[in-house]
Amino acid sequence: MEGGGAVGAVAEFVRHAWSVARKDLLVEFRSRTAILSAVVFTVLVLMVFNFGRDPTAVAAVDLAPSILWVTFTFAAMLALNRAFQLELENQALEGLLLAPISRGSIYLGKLLANLVFVGAVEAIGLPLFALFFNVRILPVILPLVAVIALATVGFVAVGTLFSAMTARTRFAELLLPVLLLPFMIPPLIWAVLTTASLLAGRPLSEAGGWLRLLAAFDILFVVLAFVLFPATVSE
Amino acid sequence: MLLADGLQHSFGPVRALDNVSFTVQPGQTLAVFGPNAAGKTTLLKVLAGLIEPQRGRAHVEGGRRAVGWIGHQPQLYGQLTVRENLAFWASLYDVQPPGDLLSRLGLEDYADRPVRALSRGLVQRVAIARALVHDPRVLLLDEPFTGLDRMAAEAFSRLLAQQAAQGRATVLVTHNVEEGTELATDVAFMRAGRFVHLAPRGGRAAAEIAEAYRRAISGGGGGGGGGG
Amino acid sequence: MRLLGAGRWITAVGLLLLAGVYVRALAFTPIERAQGLAQKIFYLHVPAAIWAEAAMVLVGLASIFYLFLKDPRLDRFAEASAEAGTVFAAIVLTTGPIWGKPIWGTWWSWDARLTLTLFLFLLYVGYLLLRSAVADPGARARYAAVLGICGMCLVPFIHFSVYMFRTLHPMPIVLKPSSPSLPGSMLATWLFSLGVFTLLYVGFVIQRYALSYLREQLEAAGEVGHV
Repeated sequence: MEGGGAVGAVAEFVRHAWSVARKDLLVEFRSRTAILSAVVFTVLVLMVFNFGRDPTAVAAVDLAPSILWVTFTFAAMLALNRAFQLELENQALEGLLLAPISRGSIYLGKLLANLVFVGAVEAIGLPLFALFFNVRILPVILPLVAVIALATVGFVAVGTLFSAMTARTRFAELLLPVLLLPFMIPPLIWAVLTTASLLAGRPLSEAGGWLRLLAAFDILFVVLAFVLFPATVSE
Repeated sequence: MLLADGLQHSFGPVRALDNVSFTVQPGQTLAVFGPNAAGKTTLLKVLAGLIEPQRGRAHVEGGRRAVGWIGHQPQLYGQLTVRENLAFWASLYDVQPPGDLLSRLGLEDYADRPVRALSRGLVQRVAIARALVHDPRVLLLDEPFTGLDRMAAEAFSRLLAQQAAQGRATVLVTHNVEEGTELATDVAFMRAGRFVHLAPRGGRAAAEIAEAYRRAISGGGGGGGGGG
Repeated sequence: MRLLGAGRWITAVGLLLLAGVYVRALAFTPIERAQGLAQKIFYLHVPAAIWAEAAMVLVGLASIFYLFLKDPRLDRFAEASAEAGTVFAAIVLTTGPIWGKPIWGTWWSWDARLTLTLFLFLLYVGYLLLRSAVADPGARARYAAVLGICGMCLVPFIHFSVYMFRTLHPMPIVLKPSSPSLPGSMLATWLFSLGVFTLLYVGFVIQRYALSYLREQLEAAGEVGHV
C-alpha cells in the first residue's frame, strides 16, 4: 500500500518533469533561434581557435582537448542563459509555482531540457571539431562521448540552478558566466585531461581517477541543486 | 470554500497583511480595492499557498489543485499555440483541457495560432482559458485589467462574470476602483495591509463604491478624494 | 551603535598587533637559510590564506542555517564573512607574487594554494556581485545562501583538482608551514600571526555586520517598501 503510493508519487514527479522539459523543447523547436545561434557560435569559436594558433609552432592535436572544452563551455553558457528567460517572459514561472507539482519536478524538467539542448549542440560541435582540426575521434568515440556526458551533466546541473537566480537580476547575461565559471573549471580540468589521454590513444581505465572525480562532482551538485532549487523560486 | 482567518505577514519592517479575515462562498465574488503596496498581491499569494503567512490561516477547499489564477501577465508561452499552451498547463494538473473550453471563450478560430501573434485582448481571453483548464473551484484575479483599454476591459469583465466567476468563489484585487465593480458581490477596501471596509455590494453602483473608496483610503476626512 | 564601536576597537587592536607581528618577524625571528628575507612574508601570507578559506566555510554554514531559520542575522553574517574573506584572499594574492618573484623567479605561478585562493577570490566576488544585483532583500538573502552553500561545496573539489594538477607540474618549493622542521621561534611567530589574523577577521566581520544592520534600518525608514 505504502510502497504503491511512493511509486505513484515518483511516477507523477517524473511525468510532471517530463511535461516541463517537453514544453521547453517544443518552444525551442518552434523558434530554433537559440539552437541555431548556439551552433553558429560553436563554429565561430572553432574558427577563432584555428586562426588564433600558430600552425607551424603548435600541432592541432596538442591543443585539441582544450579547444573542444572551451568551445563546449561557451556554447553551454549561451544555452543556460535562455533557460529561465523563457519562464519570465509572461510570468509563466508563477503559473508553474501555482500548479500542484513539486518544485523539484520543475528543476528536473528544466535540467532535462538544458541537457538535451547542450547535448544537441555538442553532437553537432564534435564532428565539426574533428573535421576542422583533423582529429581522429572515431576510434575513441564511445569513451569520449561518455566523458562529455559526465562533464556536461555536472556543469549544466549547476548552471540550471544559477540561471534560475541570475535570470531575475540585472545583467543576467554577464552574471551567469561570472558565477558559473568557477564551478565549471574543476570538471573542465578533469575532462580536458581525460580527453587528452584518450586522444593520445591511452585506454579509458588510465583516466579512472579523473572520471571518479567527475562522477563525484555530478552526484554532489545534481543533488545539491535539486535540494536548493526551491529556495530560488519560493518566497 | 475560501477562508482567511487573521492573516498577518510582514516583509522585514513592512507590514503587508494586518489581521485580514473573510470568507468567500461559491458564487460570491469579493473585489478588493487598494492603492499600490497595500498588500493586495501578498493576500492573493497567501490564498494561493505561494506564501506561508506568519500568523493566521488561509484555507482553500481542495488545496492548490482547486485554485485558478489570472494575473496582469498571461502566464503563457508566446511561441506555443493556444492549444499547446492549454495542453501543457492541463498536464500539470493531470487533466485534459475541457472540450468546449475554446468555444466558450470564442477562441476556436485562434486555437492553432501562436500566442505571441494574438492581440492583447485575445491573450487575456487565453489567460482565462488557461486558468479554467482544470475547472478550479476558486478563482484569484490579480489586476487582470492591466494593459486593456476601457472597451476591452469591459468586455473582459463581462466574460469573467459569465464564464469564469459563475459558481466559483472569486477574489479580485485591483488598484483601479473603476474596474470590475460589476463583477463584485462583495467589496473590500485595503490600506497598509488592513481591510478598512468589508461589506456586501448590495445595490451600490460603481460610482457610489468609487466615492466610498476615496473616502476610506484618504483617511475618512471626506474632502480628500475630490469630486469625479 | 555599540557593535560597530566594538568592531572598530577589535580591528584597531588587531592592526596594532599586526605591527607587533612585523617587529617580531623581522627582528626576533631567525632568517630562513634557503629563502632569506623573502620567507618573512609567510607570517602574513599563510594566516591570511587560512582565513580566506575558513571564511568561505563560514559563509556556507551560515547560508545553510539561513535557509532553515530565515533569520536575517545569519544572512548579514554571511555577507560580512564574504567581505572579510575577499580582503584576506586579496592579501594572499598580492603577497604571493611578491614572494614568488625572488623564490620562483616569476610573479605568478599556478601553484596549488595560489590557484585555490584565486578561485576563492572569484567566488567571493561573484557572491558579492550577485548580492548587489538583487534588489529585493528576501530574494537577495535566498540567492546568496544558495550560492554560498554551492561555493562551500566547491572548495574541496578545487583542492583536489589543483593539488592533482600540481603533481603533474611539480613546483620547486612545496609549502609546508606547519612542518616539524620549522624552528620553534618561527612557529611561535607564525602562531602569533595566526591569532592576530583571527582577531582581524572577527573585527572586520563585526564591523561589516553592524554596518549592514544600520543600512537595513535606514532602508526601512526611508522607503515605503514594496509588497
